[in-house]
Amino acid sequence: MFRTKVVLIAAGGGSFQAKRPPVDGIEAYEGKSVFYAVRKMEDFRDQDVVIVGGGDSALDWTLNLQPIARSLTLVHRRDAFKAAPASVNRMKELVMEGKINFLLGQIAGLEGEGSQISHVQLTTDAGPLSVPATRLLPFFGLTMKLGPVGEWGLELNDNLISVDTEKFQTSVPGVFAIGDINQYPGKLKLILSGFHEAALMAQAAKAVVSPGERVVFQYTTSSTKLQKKLGVA
Amino acid sequence: MKIHVTDQAGIEHELEGLDGWRVMEIIRDWGLNIKAECGGACSCATCHVYVDAAWFGRLPDPIDDEEDLLYSTLDKKPTSRLSCQILLCDELDGLKVSLAPSAGKS
Repeated sequence: MFRTKVVLIAAGGGSFQAKRPPVDGIEAYEGKSVFYAVRKMEDFRDQDVVIVGGGDSALDWTLNLQPIARSLTLVHRRDAFKAAPASVNRMKELVMEGKINFLLGQIAGLEGEGSQISHVQLTTDAGPLSVPATRLLPFFGLTMKLGPVGEWGLELNDNLISVDTEKFQTSVPGVFAIGDINQYPGKLKLILSGFHEAALMAQAAKAVVSPGERVVFQYTTSSTKLQKKLGVA
Repeated sequence: MKIHVTDQAGIEHELEGLDGWRVMEIIRDWGLNIKAECGGACSCATCHVYVDAAWFGRLPDPIDDEEDLLYSTLDKKPTSRLSCQILLCDELDGLKVSLAPSAGKS
């Protein structure tokens, strides 16, 4: 826990979260046999792993997990990948050496019991295919959600944080929000708006941090102190 | 130029658009319920629309990235397209689309 006088939220579009594949009932397996990120490689040792995706995450984990997995199958909708060429080449070598499988197809469903998957169901050009699997890593990209900020008791407007236009302070004194994450009448999601909001917010935040202290407003063109700080004096 | 957009509540809107504009931009500019979170970079899928059957075949084919994203949505239909990948032009004057539930803001 941090003790602070001021909190500034500049979260932009929100927090990145993994995109869930369009598969019914996948939530039941999440965190136990379906993962969107690898936190502990040991969770995959001696497992039958299926990885879905065509980008760097999918290729990197295919290469990293192959040595410890019991079996590894990479699934992608196309035979073309958006990952680093070296990774793609190494992956193709592993397929040639019979160390991993590559299947052209899409994930359609999951079979399992409780929170443990037993099969990943794919649709392929040759028809449906059921692949035995004990671990699934779907890499479908990221999406942006408001995330935890939405639960802090701040007044929200259309999933954005309401602020005033003098200080860019939220409904909680001492908590400010600037940039794409805030909302006020006339708000435009522009970079220059973020800069403007930051400048005004800084004045108000300073007053919270150092109440009563007189702050001298300076310009870089005429302030020796600022020029020295910037190393241009 | 005009496009016709049916929102998630079933209400049809006639929207004015400029030549070369992305259909997503037109829908967003007119304040309809479209999330379009990546701003037109073909990186999300929240500008998802269903194209009217009479118009679907007249659109240029989607690029691989668009196809991948469409397949990641939960409400894909055969005439699904990402509206940020459709550019308005003379041939598409009068285009009719409907906003997918997954393109909504909330």
